[in-house]
Amino acid sequence: MTYTSPVPVTAGHFYEGSSLELKGLTMAYGDIEVLKDVSISVPPGTTTCIIGPSGSGKSTLLRGVNRLHEPKSGEVLLAGESVLTQKPDSVRRRIGLVFQHFNLFPDHTALENVALALRNVKGLSKAESRRIAKERLAEVGLAERADHRPRDLSGGQQQRVAIARALAMEPEVMLFDEATSALDPELVKGVLNLMAGLAQRGMTMLVVTHEMGFARKVADQVVFMDEGRVVEAGKPAELFDAPKSDRLKRFLSEVL
Amino acid sequence: MDWLDNIIKTFFDFDAMWQVFPQLLGIGLVNTLVISIWATVIGVVLGMIVAIMGISPSRWLRIPARVYTDIFRGLPAIVTILLIGQGFARFSQQIFGPSPYPLGIFALSLIASAYIGEIFRAGIQSVDRGQLEACRALGMSYGKAMRLVVVPQGIRRVLPALVNQFIAIVKDSSLVYFLGLLVSERELFRVGQDAAVLTGNLSPLVMAGLFYLVITVPLTHLVNYFDNRFRTGRRKATPPKSGLAEVEEQNPTPTLTYGENS
Repeated sequence: MTYTSPVPVTAGHFYEGSSLELKGLTMAYGDIEVLKDVSISVPPGTTTCIIGPSGSGKSTLLRGVNRLHEPKSGEVLLAGESVLTQKPDSVRRRIGLVFQHFNLFPDHTALENVALALRNVKGLSKAESRRIAKERLAEVGLAERADHRPRDLSGGQQQRVAIARALAMEPEVMLFDEATSALDPELVKGVLNLMAGLAQRGMTMLVVTHEMGFARKVADQVVFMDEGRVVEAGKPAELFDAPKSDRLKRFLSEVL
Repeated sequence: MDWLDNIIKTFFDFDAMWQVFPQLLGIGLVNTLVISIWATVIGVVLGMIVAIMGISPSRWLRIPARVYTDIFRGLPAIVTILLIGQGFARFSQQIFGPSPYPLGIFALSLIASAYIGEIFRAGIQSVDRGQLEACRALGMSYGKAMRLVVVPQGIRRVLPALVNQFIAIVKDSSLVYFLGLLVSERELFRVGQDAAVLTGNLSPLVMAGLFYLVITVPLTHLVNYFDNRFRTGRRKATPPKSGLAEVEEQNPTPTLTYGENS
């Protein structure tokens, strides 16, 4: 399977992704440590896919990066600066997050979903925020659906609106938390194509995914996590074709 | 058939009912609605504050909200009305004059706000956590996220419960008469009761009761209507559409195939 960007790569918006670096990140829920000393480096404009069985701390890791859940210790560097010493809100503006269950605002149209934060976080005028929202929706192939509410959109369309909503804030890094796991199988590829297109147009991406095909073809780096630790990391070919650890071998034999 | 005659005379004496009708309409109904609507409006405002405090991350907001709710929900309405109405009489006189009417409304508002606060809190907490997270992930502050996204969704869900609360307030408004109202301030119950005492016949009170039912019964059915509509959802039935149609619609132009790692 190959991934084809819905927008010609020479057209559309180009992004200037920043670097993202996790150093010795440890996170806990109460006393239970779910992430232990995780270090991952994502160079600017590259894509890193995180794979691993459930309960390995992948989602928690993403939530630590934009501080939806405060890390216990360690460091997260965005463009070389620590995000833990900055205001969470200003950090989050620079990091887009796409959720497994979309989390669109149900009483807003697709356009309003995208425009809301432009207007209320960036403080743009109504006209300006709508203009940008329309552009972003067009970029994800949903210009015609701008006035639909989430309930009148398919899962795939909803997820593409959610991606447009995150992109509208002009993030330097995009995080994807199992973005296609809740989709009907025939709609998965549309979203993955969109993500592949972003990767090509310069976005820095950290992608938690169960789509091994995507990880193999699109990622510059794949990280295998289990029980809150990084077990193995490297080029996709290295991990998928020549796994070193037993746990990765077992995981791959279960999912491939 | 003496007993039937007796019942009709005691409860349904047409002349007695007809006599009190203009007063019930012109004074009683107006005052009942004024008291109830004011109490509801103030109760909604106070209730929203209590609800927001009640779900706050800070315990210094949460605990007072809890205590407030427990007190005004736990006391019998009449106790609150008498304590507030008599306790603050002098204070109220300086602002509103001698009438206990405003204090009656205020006491009802306090009671209502405790219930409405709980209704709002439940509504807001029933909104999926992902909504708040989506807002925060976009860099929105907690306050803005609540105001623009979470609270409006919560309120919409509890509209039926709010109508129920209004019905309860309409009925409780009859208790304000304990504070002693001027003739022109009497609400439905007091108008009916006065006429019943005067004529030695319960029919005026029955008439007052009918007025209450005219307000409350349609509202009850409105609630049921709302409830049904929310439960079944408003989504129009559309013919099924194949997911494959959507795939074709995206129709990716194969300008560049991304198959190799960069």
